[in-house]
Amino acid sequence: MFKYLKQLTSLVAMVAVLFTFTTETMAAKKSKTLKNTQKKGFVRCGVSQGLPGFSNADAAGNWTGIDVDVCRAVAAAVLGDANKVKFTPLSAKERFTALTSGEIDILSRNTTWTLSRDADIGLTFVGVNFYDGQGFMVRKSSGITSTSQFKDGISACTNIGTTTELNMRDFFNSKGISYEPVAFEKADEVVAAYDAGRCDTYTTDKSGLAAQRTKMSNPDEHIVLPETVSKEPLGPVVRQGDSVWEDIVRWSLNAMIEAEEYGITSANADSMKTSDNPAVKRLVGAEGELGAAFGLDNEWSLRIIKQVGNYGESYKRNIADTGILPDRGPNELWTKGGILYVPPAR
Amino acid sequence: MNLKLQKIIPQLITVLVVVLVFGFFTYNAQINMENRGIDFGYGFLSQESSFDVQFSLIEYDGSHSYFRAYLVGLLNTILVSVIGIIIATILGVIVGVARLSPNYLINQFAAFYVEFFRNIPLLLQIFFWYFAALRALPLPQDADAMLGVFFLTIKGLYVPAFVWENLNVFLYSIIAAIIAIVVIRIHARKVQETQGKQLPVFWISVGLIFILPLLSFLIGGVSLSFEIPKLKQLAATSFKYEGGLSLPPELIALTLSLALYTATFIAECVRAGIQGVGKGQKEAAASIGLNPNQVLKLVVMPQALRIIIPPTTNQYLNLTKNSSLAAAIAYPDLVLVFAGTALMQTGKAIEIVSITMLTYLSLSISISILMNWYNKKIAIKEK
Repeated sequence: MFKYLKQLTSLVAMVAVLFTFTTETMAAKKSKTLKNTQKKGFVRCGVSQGLPGFSNADAAGNWTGIDVDVCRAVAAAVLGDANKVKFTPLSAKERFTALTSGEIDILSRNTTWTLSRDADIGLTFVGVNFYDGQGFMVRKSSGITSTSQFKDGISACTNIGTTTELNMRDFFNSKGISYEPVAFEKADEVVAAYDAGRCDTYTTDKSGLAAQRTKMSNPDEHIVLPETVSKEPLGPVVRQGDSVWEDIVRWSLNAMIEAEEYGITSANADSMKTSDNPAVKRLVGAEGELGAAFGLDNEWSLRIIKQVGNYGESYKRNIADTGILPDRGPNELWTKGGILYVPPAR
Repeated sequence: MNLKLQKIIPQLITVLVVVLVFGFFTYNAQINMENRGIDFGYGFLSQESSFDVQFSLIEYDGSHSYFRAYLVGLLNTILVSVIGIIIATILGVIVGVARLSPNYLINQFAAFYVEFFRNIPLLLQIFFWYFAALRALPLPQDADAMLGVFFLTIKGLYVPAFVWENLNVFLYSIIAAIIAIVVIRIHARKVQETQGKQLPVFWISVGLIFILPLLSFLIGGVSLSFEIPKLKQLAATSFKYEGGLSLPPELIALTLSLALYTATFIAECVRAGIQGVGKGQKEAAASIGLNPNQVLKLVVMPQALRIIIPPTTNQYLNLTKNSSLAAAIAYPDLVLVFAGTALMQTGKAIEIVSITMLTYLSLSISISILMNWYNKKIAIKEK
């Protein structure tokens, strides 16, 4: 009998060891970035130095914008409170270094997803929260209504350190037009110089043009030309090498977009728990164990929807209602003629 | 032996600590970069840069390499530094002397200038000159010609370009004139030392520098014409000038603000130098029969320069380093082109920043060596 007891205890001990080992791996699965974030109590988010509609601080220092909402969504999922975000304004030049050096954990700063950025410099793009394209702004009085009217010797203002500089070269080269690039370090100075008449045209992403136009001394004097000369999918970026954190950020964004698809809003999210549609129930945490995969609880997506809203709400609040781009264009859901299409949360 | 050891040990420890600290950071950087999947290497320098630059002294466009982009930035930095140093020196000397003028109005004006410009942060001054100038200057189509051929507009200063024929003959004539002047000066000094006679070296020099190039025009087949900028319409309300030389407003604003700022410090160096020469020196010089011009040239300046040169060297270094503020107003200097755009496109932060730092270090050391050489030349040579 004692013999068996001894064997039994060793079995129990073994099971116990195995169990602690498995919980250990579960905890280890919680990524380093996630652990640090939970310990600090806030999400460290890199944003722009002020681009209305995307990331812009008001006089009281409150940040708003669709890029800001991505970070707020992650904070809601990870920490339970969308307001627990520390925003770091970064110039185009500083942004990647800030992320790779670990100063921030998410870069949500109207950043174009390109192959070389994704593959080369230790970054991973997690998705697209705004489909954009580069455009040109000119003075109405110039009479220019299309880029085909550009002539040799045109001067173009832009920022350094962006894909804009490269696209601008590709565009003017393909048209065989000689041009004078005037590249500034900060967007505010680009606007000031163009507004003063230093340049004939101002080129950047069209959403940026629309947003910066509101900062001009007389916005009505300027028009954005209809041509789009490049693809600029803008989206949040994380450091390479922490796939759990990468998944959390990706699915926080996807949850916002899918919530819009299923008509879940910040107002009706709680009542959706009793919905008949299992996809909806999964998204509000009433079914499935989706959160466990990233080491979060099951209501992570519910909190995002309740505290930040779905993608449509975020777009309306930040971009449409502020008059920047009332028309959603390609940033409409795939079910409504746009190209917003995210993998299912299941 | 023991004493020697006592002297060496602290130095060895210091070196060891420096090496360890440096090694620690290098090792850490390596580990961190490996962890984040960032490659280290300078291979990118030969890749195509694929971005254009507004203003370049050498032929460059996006199809050239990153290394060429680096050269473009470096040359632009050197350009703005050299022009800035020349203007700052001339202005500094004038203001420094003016501060010692017995004329109340002149010395007070000089003092006001110095106090005003050296007490406002340089970056603010750069912004002021750039954006104030942009706001104040006319659009190309509204610009009035200065002297019929210069146009100062919001898009830059347009000046006529020289169109030379047989430029090399003209350059040879100038070089010949300079060599002749040097030879004559050496000869004149010898004559003065052996016979006590003074030759009119100055007038001979002026004559040579004019007559030889003039001869190159008359018989050397050299001809010079001017290409005057012409207004070109780009769109209903947008114009530019074509032909001639154009200096971008960024270059003008940057040079102007750097020169105005640094000149205040140089002015103070000059004032200190002149005041540092004892009154007795001037009186003694006058008493042996030197005229006021000779007193200044032969007695005061050689002594004043010894005081002026070392702190002025610092100012030259400051001006060169301050030129990196160019990035704020779109002047394509080393920081904007290389540590800005190139860094962003390649993501090679450590490599590019290290190259940029080394470059500024080399520039500064070159200026130091040059100025130290000059300083040694004019220092008291005790026999």
